[in-house]
Amino acid sequence: MSNLAQIERDPNYQELVRRRSSLGWMLSLIMLVIYFGFILLVAYAPKFLGIPLGSGVTTIGIPIGLSVIVLAFVLTGIYVRQANSSYDVLIRKIVEENRS
Amino acid sequence: MKKFSWLLVILLATVPTLALAAGAVEGGSKQATNWSAIGMFVGFVALTLVITYWAAKRTASAADFYSAGGGITGFQNGLAIAGDYMSAASFLGISGLVYTSGYDGLIYSVGWLVGWPIVTFLIAEQLRNLGKFTFADVTSFRLGQTEIRILAACGSLVTVAFYLIAQMVGAGKLIQLLFGLDYWIAVVLVGGLMMIYVTFGGMKATTWVQIIKAVLLLSGATFMAGAVLYKFGFSPEALFTKATEVHPKKLAIMEPGSLISNPLSAISLGLALMFGTAGLPHILMRFFTVKDAQAARKSVFYATGFIGYFYILTFIIGFGAITLVSTDAAFLDGAILEKTKSGIAAIKGGSNMAAIHLANAVGGNLFLGFISAVAFATILAVVSGLALAGASSISHDLYGMVIKGGNANEQDEIRVSKIATLVLGVLAIILGIVFENQNVAFMVGLAFAIAASCNFPVLVMSIFWRGLTTRGAVIGGFLGLISAVVGVVLSPAVWEVTLGFAKGSAPIKLDNPALFSMALAFAGIWLFSILDRSKRAAMDRDGFNAQYVRSQTGIGAASATTH
Repeated sequence: MSNLAQIERDPNYQELVRRRSSLGWMLSLIMLVIYFGFILLVAYAPKFLGIPLGSGVTTIGIPIGLSVIVLAFVLTGIYVRQANSSYDVLIRKIVEENRS
Repeated sequence: MKKFSWLLVILLATVPTLALAAGAVEGGSKQATNWSAIGMFVGFVALTLVITYWAAKRTASAADFYSAGGGITGFQNGLAIAGDYMSAASFLGISGLVYTSGYDGLIYSVGWLVGWPIVTFLIAEQLRNLGKFTFADVTSFRLGQTEIRILAACGSLVTVAFYLIAQMVGAGKLIQLLFGLDYWIAVVLVGGLMMIYVTFGGMKATTWVQIIKAVLLLSGATFMAGAVLYKFGFSPEALFTKATEVHPKKLAIMEPGSLISNPLSAISLGLALMFGTAGLPHILMRFFTVKDAQAARKSVFYATGFIGYFYILTFIIGFGAITLVSTDAAFLDGAILEKTKSGIAAIKGGSNMAAIHLANAVGGNLFLGFISAVAFATILAVVSGLALAGASSISHDLYGMVIKGGNANEQDEIRVSKIATLVLGVLAIILGIVFENQNVAFMVGLAFAIAASCNFPVLVMSIFWRGLTTRGAVIGGFLGLISAVVGVVLSPAVWEVTLGFAKGSAPIKLDNPALFSMALAFAGIWLFSILDRSKRAAMDRDGFNAQYVRSQTGIGAASATTH
């Protein structure tokens, strides 16, 4: 790759790297906090998860557990949407500008 | 493709075997001959063999064999990844766990899902941009080929071996129950079909087997969960109320129970599940079957959706089984019921059969047959994916890159992978029979722990950390691999249950070693990389910039369709 240095100086490339890595690591961190938050609740506060919602038998733990599953999907969706709408555009620009 | 006609002979030969074996045990067994299941199973096998035949005619190059020529779309690959991941263990095991313990089943489901976002954010696109056939292509991008390939092959093969044994034993037990076949016949059948799919059809056949299986499993589970909810007027509250009335644990099934007794164990298992997903070789291989990084990223998104949806269904199915199976004498063992007075404990065939009996309860015999056939298809598909990953690691990493130094003739490499598949298949059959009566649940945990402690740290550090050197990766990776294996042997599940030492004597109290083995791997990688002043280390660090640009932009990435 002879134009390596050229790509690295490209502002589009710098923007891509900055935006992609900050979003990727931030979403990873959010996922970690959500999941280990849930595991810590299970380990240290099982009785909290057993509090009934209203007068029925459904406990607060059911929506919490299901939302971890749904949130995992939503976070993935946020990343993919962001990547499809902006990172791919930047990548196309970088490829165009650095065609040797 | 004349060689191929013997496949039909095998297929035809299995039909009477199935029928005879099923008939033979009918008299003494609780399980009656399950004709609709056998019919649907034969139909599935016939369909997949036709696909294998079609794929075999189109598999000429190494790219076809390892990565289906890169011609799989993001959506198809999403289904295939979900197919690889939704094993019979997760379908029958988690619904069985919900059946016996209620809420605890949901904790497992959550754990099996949360690795996927991490794969999307940090691994999928970079992997596709840097690699070609196996994840070792990525880790060895700038590091020393020989050492890194050997490390990756060890990590992959050990992971695949433990996962494969667990699947084979599970398959034998399940088929024994479902079809009334002898254990060894079941294991030979699974191993044999797996060898046919992989040797003849390569990744193309394996992928389509996964896709069909994923669609069947998702539609079957949707029907079951729908039927359960229908009976309760689509009110989960009504379903839960009835379940707490009939379950002997009563309201306790609505909160975490005995599953998590030791918080450190819970965290350690959580780590293994979350990061193990991002290190499973048969899953990572799937990212090379798509055309580019964009398709790789979309495929994980679809896969996460399918898998999450599926786990929510298994939760409903488990509760449905509590209300409809544990209260129906037809599904219960009279003698056990007499003794324990608990419908839950008395279920015929054990708690893993909860979903199967529920199929009968909501959809009659024909649907029971459908779900049994799907459960079998699930095992076949998962073992095929594992075998392909193991064989690729031998042929591409060890033979092609280490022994032949990257100059292997493509046809030779394919031949080696076919031989490796046959050897792996025979080994899987033998080990499946040897381990028949062992508790193998820990093996899946071990496979995840090794993937999380060896494959994942090396992969993620090689993608993101400039300072990584060959020496650091090799020492850290092997530290993770060895400590994971040692940690499992010294854990209560193996030391006390399998090896039979006194209760409480296990040297390590954690059921899963990931907490310390992952930490050891990362610490080893870091320490031995920063201490590394060798010439090789300078080369490793210098190569980072080029690798990083390619991992981010895909410029220079192997185009998937032509090699």
